[in-house]
Amino acid sequence: MIQILNLTKDYDSLRAVDQINFNINEGEIIGFLGPNGAGKSTTLKMMTSFLPPTDGNVIVDDLNIYDNSKEIRKLIGYLPESNPLYMEMTVYEYLEFVSKAREIPESKFKSVLKKTIEKTGLASVISKPISTLSKGYKQRVGLAQAIIHDPKIIILDEPTSGLDPNQIVEIRELIKELGKEKTLIISSHILQEVQAVCDRIVIINKGKIVADGSTEELKAGFKGRNRLHINFIGNANIVDEIPEKIPGTKISSLEKKDMSSEVIVEYSSDSDFRPEIYQWIKSTDIILLEMRREHVSLEEVFHSLTLEGGDSNEI
Amino acid sequence: MRYSMLIAKKEIKSFFDSPAGYVTLAFFLILTGWFFANPLFLIGQADLRTMFNVVPIIYIFFIPAITMGLISKEKSSGTYETLATFPINDSEIVMGKFFASVGIIAFGLLFTFVHLITILILGKNVDFGQFISGYFGLLLLGSVYSAIGIFGSSLSKNQIVSFLISLIIVIFFYLIQQLVIFLPQFLSAFFQYISTGYHFSNLSRGVIDTRDLIYFFSLIYGFLFLSTKIMESRKW
Repeated sequence: MIQILNLTKDYDSLRAVDQINFNINEGEIIGFLGPNGAGKSTTLKMMTSFLPPTDGNVIVDDLNIYDNSKEIRKLIGYLPESNPLYMEMTVYEYLEFVSKAREIPESKFKSVLKKTIEKTGLASVISKPISTLSKGYKQRVGLAQAIIHDPKIIILDEPTSGLDPNQIVEIRELIKELGKEKTLIISSHILQEVQAVCDRIVIINKGKIVADGSTEELKAGFKGRNRLHINFIGNANIVDEIPEKIPGTKISSLEKKDMSSEVIVEYSSDSDFRPEIYQWIKSTDIILLEMRREHVSLEEVFHSLTLEGGDSNEI
Repeated sequence: MRYSMLIAKKEIKSFFDSPAGYVTLAFFLILTGWFFANPLFLIGQADLRTMFNVVPIIYIFFIPAITMGLISKEKSSGTYETLATFPINDSEIVMGKFFASVGIIAFGLLFTFVHLITILILGKNVDFGQFISGYFGLLLLGSVYSAIGIFGSSLSKNQIVSFLISLIIVIFFYLIQQLVIFLPQFLSAFFQYISTGYHFSNLSRGVIDTRDLIYFFSLIYGFLFLSTKIMESRKW
């Protein structure tokens, strides 16, 4: 449905988005993940025709942002990052203004408004000035603005930033609800957020896509990071022989405490050395207190991709 | 056009929603009232000429104050991003803001009809033509200054900066006529032609000349065109 082709954006000499390519299918919920300044917002701004790309194109169905910007804008509902609203208006006035700007016929306005405030839970504040609302409610108004014209594509730029935990849960529920019938693109720098609501995650760092896939795919594709934590009492130095005895393993750290020691053994995720390691422990005289395998979290994938200057070949 | 009217309506509403709007308007009316009433009572002159001469000076401050926030506020609060991602062109946004400003000025001028009525009651052979062309001139001059104000507003995110830019440009167009006497002959005709005062004085005397109309409309068009280009400059 949406194709992003070689999309590039330069701000003066700084390349904010660097030749990114990806497709979004109809009905997908895409999480656009990356640290601050990775180029998420810039990409979304280009998709909504607010900023023109330096190079590349965005194609929605058969339309492209150069020749059919207006038609594309009609298909999209967009909530910018800072959730800008006309503070002096009441919620009703604002939504009325948006519905006119979105060419909703006056005869339909009542029913559209009713549906929108039902979805976003704004009924209790409809006649209040926006400036008096809490941040969570303001965010709902922003969402209502983005969905009022029943767009096929909804783009939300950091929809939960700055909200308290309860509000975050509420907004996430709302987003999930919306995702049932729409193509949804959500940007975030918080992993849990996209994990909670998205089918697919696109990770972007320094303007480049470093990973693209479902949560499971991202985890599975991430090699060399299986960790076994072994907590034991006994001569700590003996663990040095593990890599010799069991090829394919590596000692990643060894911590000696007063009573016990903890060693972390690393091996690639497509093999499981737990039986061999258990056999080795039996053959020594150390006392095993605890042995646990650490599942690679998506968090770690995200960290290694974005902090260590991730390499897209690794995934 | 439909979008421009929508935006104009929104701006006019928000102008009258804030006390600052009423203060600005009251200020305008007090000043015009003073300059009408003074000659009326002191020298018994039942005429709008003094008022017609003073309104352009009041405009210098009044109009930049109206227009300063029209675009800069949208830019600084970020609402411009939502507005620009609606299916609306930048030129429609600029036109909407322009109509809003002209609408507010027309509203202010409407109140000065009180003075016109006073004269109609007092006076005997009233020259309607002069009033009509004078008011028409005031509205045109207000439109020119509005276009300048919108240009100023599009240049900065800061309302005060926008106000000052507009003020400087408006003062330039107003004062240039006062400089004419210091200039050599061949320059003075040119400077006289580009000053707003020269063209307005024709209208306020009751002379509607196409040369003046062309002058006013090309200034309006020019500044609105520049504003649109500046709005689009994020795309360069």
